Amino acid sequence: MAITDVPAFTHLTDADIENLGFELDAIRADIEDSRGERDSRYIHRTIAAQRALEVAGRLMLAAGSRRSAWWAGTVTLGVAKIIENMEIGHNVMHGQWDWMNDPEIHSSTWEWDMSGSSKHWRFTHNFMHHKYTNILGMDDDVGYGVIRVTRDQRWKPFNLVGNLLFNTLLAIGFEWGVGLQHLELGKISKGRDDRAATLVRVREFGIKAAHQLIKDYVAYPALTSLSPAATYKSTVKANAIANVIRNVWANAVIFCGHFPDGADKFTKTDMVGETKGQWYLRQMLGSANFDAGPSLRFMSGNLCHQIEHHLYPDLPSNRLHEIGVRVREVCEKYDLPYTTGNFAVQYGKTWRTIAKLSLPDKYLRDTADDAPETRSERMFEVLQSNPELGYTATDPTTGRRRGLNTAIATVRAWRRDKRSAK
Amino acid sequence: MAKHEVKLSANVADTIRPDLARVNQHPAWHALRSVAERITTPLLPDDYLKLANPLWSARELRGRVLEVRRETLDSATLVIKPGWGFRFDYEPGQYVGIGVLMDGRWRWRSYSLTSTPAGSQRGERTITITVKAMPEGFLSSHLVGGVMPGTIVRLAAPQGNFVMPDPAPSSVLFLTAGSGVTPVMSMLRTLTRRGQIGGPGSIVHVHSAPTEADVLFAGELAELVNTHDGYRLSVRATRAEGRLDLARLDDVVPDWRERQTWACGPEGMLDEAQRLWASEGLQDRLHLERFAASRAAARGTGGTVTFERSGKSFEADAATSLMDAGEQAGVQMPFGCRMGICQSCVVGLLEGHVKDLRTGAEHEPGSRVQTCISAASGDCVLDV
Repeated sequence: MAITDVPAFTHLTDADIENLGFELDAIRADIEDSRGERDSRYIHRTIAAQRALEVAGRLMLAAGSRRSAWWAGTVTLGVAKIIENMEIGHNVMHGQWDWMNDPEIHSSTWEWDMSGSSKHWRFTHNFMHHKYTNILGMDDDVGYGVIRVTRDQRWKPFNLVGNLLFNTLLAIGFEWGVGLQHLELGKISKGRDDRAATLVRVREFGIKAAHQLIKDYVAYPALTSLSPAATYKSTVKANAIANVIRNVWANAVIFCGHFPDGADKFTKTDMVGETKGQWYLRQMLGSANFDAGPSLRFMSGNLCHQIEHHLYPDLPSNRLHEIGVRVREVCEKYDLPYTTGNFAVQYGKTWRTIAKLSLPDKYLRDTADDAPETRSERMFEVLQSNPELGYTATDPTTGRRRGLNTAIATVRAWRRDKRSAK
Repeated sequence: MAKHEVKLSANVADTIRPDLARVNQHPAWHALRSVAERITTPLLPDDYLKLANPLWSARELRGRVLEVRRETLDSATLVIKPGWGFRFDYEPGQYVGIGVLMDGRWRWRSYSLTSTPAGSQRGERTITITVKAMPEGFLSSHLVGGVMPGTIVRLAAPQGNFVMPDPAPSSVLFLTAGSGVTPVMSMLRTLTRRGQIGGPGSIVHVHSAPTEADVLFAGELAELVNTHDGYRLSVRATRAEGRLDLARLDDVVPDWRERQTWACGPEGMLDEAQRLWASEGLQDRLHLERFAASRAAARGTGGTVTFERSGKSFEADAATSLMDAGEQAGVQMPFGCRMGICQSCVVGLLEGHVKDLRTGAEHEPGSRVQTCISAASGDCVLDV
């Protein structure tokens, strides 16, 4: 039934959680104090390189008549759009570069290259998702209202076909999912919306989306059709595919952040009187990283460090890697899980969960208290009810306090044994 | 609060779009830009062009430092070539905001222009400012000693009411001290260019500086004395002669009451001038310029928060967030998470300093701040 009591689930005392908060605050302070010219140069170069890449892609599409040139142009444009949306747009809108006091690279002025408006994104993502991360009934990113991503969500007949179908459609048309999220079509259709507010949002979205559509499907094709090497249609196709490349990639990276095994879900009770330390814990437990080298890190907009990003949404993306080293140490110290894994494996797990959850609960083996995608403090009841496990709060040989990691491992081992004994 | 209510009550600030109104001086270019914007949206053509040349963008005013000319031991003149969108029809005596990149951050200060406006005729397309390094002013020291030719700076449009009208009044007194001579220099150069320096006695200039060697533009002012009968200069070296006592102004400029006076210098001198002119009922003949820009932050004391666009203000203590202050004053403040993570509430800080309640960091005027986690540090003005 998802986590309802963060301290109980994490096996930490109030004092532990407070100290954890201080340690994580200290990491923030160190990064803030050391932001400077090097970081500023990084984002300026990234932006310049992205714009150059985009121009290069568009030129290849206009000038090359060969099939290989078309593909090169399309992929280059897709990559440019990925970098613009992920390493630049998403991060700039989080205010990661506001400290530079540069009005051109600022959360309050950035508009990104996709159909959704940045104003709506700051609401649905920066506010609702990052504040109420993984809280069922508060964070709409838990399944976006159409996909059952945790067994905490009641099964509905449309999940049977819809889960895999909508997941596929969302991946392909991700920019439209993002763009429409704030419009809340479901509520509009049921007449449960505030009409005046809806009209304003529809207008804002409509203007932004129209500009994007005209650019990619009217203006550029018309321009490139003047070139003997390209046609109107070849450019329309190339731009559409570039957009889809970006959509599928962005969707994959984002799904790896909160839907692989081990990324926990929470109930509204967690929010009540939540301390800073508990907020940090919820962000850590609700997010998952994936292992990445420098190029995958860059192409994911540094969201391979989803845990660090959720702890410090407004610290510059190029610093998340070094922050990660320290966060990991903190996790080890407090015996907390630090969920990460190979990118393909993590993404595969999100599909596996979504596929499984298209079925009603009676076909599922695990309960919502101890499943790959969601857990609750109740999963540890077996530690008390089975004295033969000999589980105590401290390790008798090392004297070290046992935390969440050890407790999860003990419960897992017990379940494995029980299953093999059958 | 339930999700539904959270969503209904939220008020996310609009994304600020580039203000290109000022580039309407070139309608043809503007039309071309609008067409090209169809393929560069959501960016402007300028955002690509500036990568080739930083001055090829009208989105933000920029300039390139062409030359840094040492004036005295601790002051220098910066010759700046502004980029697209800068208007040269400013008035002599106005000041310009200048943003300099230091340690990755843009920091802003205002300085008087010392150049003459181009007016309608196409003059040389540069502006100059003259900066005196202040003992605690790290930015002014950087401008005097650390800026290399070729550096790109940000500019704000010239503004200010301390200006010389055209045509100039027939009888003028300039009362300046230290770097207070800078706006007057622009006026003198403009009057010279326009041929508006009249017959003997038309302009009297009383200038104070610690020593003769500290006098800014000493050579140019001496040249002016030599070439124009109408310009009389009286320099007071205060370290040797002591400060000018305005009560004895009659000794230096017997006819000061008949003159239009422009005064610029330290706060104390200006206050004294204001009292003197007021006591004689001559306030309308006195024009003052106060350099308040370098005033340091009042370090977490709270203060009066003024909300520029709504015209409201609120007396806030050091622990009250600007957002709370605004809401208590009845201002429609943009907001989201109220915990400093979502950037929904970011607004411009026009004047004064604010403090980040989480880290204690001070933000300067000219920056944009998250109102939910910032408090007034002295009086401040917000663009909301």
